[in-house]
Amino acid sequence: MSVKVMIPTPLRAYAGKRDSAEFSAATVGEALGNLTTEFGELRKHLFTEDGKLRAFVNVYLNDEDIRYLAKENTPTKDGDTISIIPSIAGGYADNAN
Amino acid sequence: MSEAFEIWISAELAQKIREHGVETYPYECCGALLGRDHGFLAIDPHVDVRKVPREILSLFPLVNRRDDSPRNRFSVTAEDVLEAEKSARAQGFEVIGWYHSHPDHPARPSDYDRDHAWPWYSYIIVSVHSGVPKDMTSWRLKDDRSGFMEEKIEAMKASVAK
Repeated sequence: MSVKVMIPTPLRAYAGKRDSAEFSAATVGEALGNLTTEFGELRKHLFTEDGKLRAFVNVYLNDEDIRYLAKENTPTKDGDTISIIPSIAGGYADNAN
Repeated sequence: MSEAFEIWISAELAQKIREHGVETYPYECCGALLGRDHGFLAIDPHVDVRKVPREILSLFPLVNRRDDSPRNRFSVTAEDVLEAEKSARAQGFEVIGWYHSHPDHPARPSDYDRDHAWPWYSYIIVSVHSGVPKDMTSWRLKDDRSGFMEEKIEAMKASVAK
């Protein structure tokens, strides 16, 4: 089954300037794994060194945030669209959260 | 060795960013930079592509979602990002970056800024000391996430923006 992964503008330079890519995958995690296998430079911008999705990387399956589904284990079906949506954060202090 | 990035902004829009920082002082302000990036265009042999600037043509001010520590943090949700992108598209632009203020701190990115930054986007920081706007700088995350490269801010006449 094929799912489409939408790549946000700031990451397109690491994905051959493409705005989307299609993969065969049974879960969201598998699709993201295929994405970062094909485009290795994306990995450090999406995942931490221990392989967790970065906190400011939001992943939607169709219109739903996967945090409210089964996260990366969320099953996909043919024709689904996975969107990677940035959230933005910053601030001056280097300590605390 | 590193490429020199430039971002162009009109004096009027730069002033709006400063005013936003003053308005929210002592809390951090934040918003989206809407405009055009010519980096991926232009195979014009008469133009050195690396020197074609990125231009800010509109702003999309946002509400800082961090109500727990708004003095030294800002946060923009995914929904805000989608709204900013929608506004950009409606004007024929794209979201090319983000701005925020550092109340009573220098206009330099922190480690926290770096940990949370995306590549490609321009990050404008305005320093606001005792309610008065000071330096404004712009930064881009390095490809390897090890730090930021400063981006030169060029003043642009508003009339050129069309």
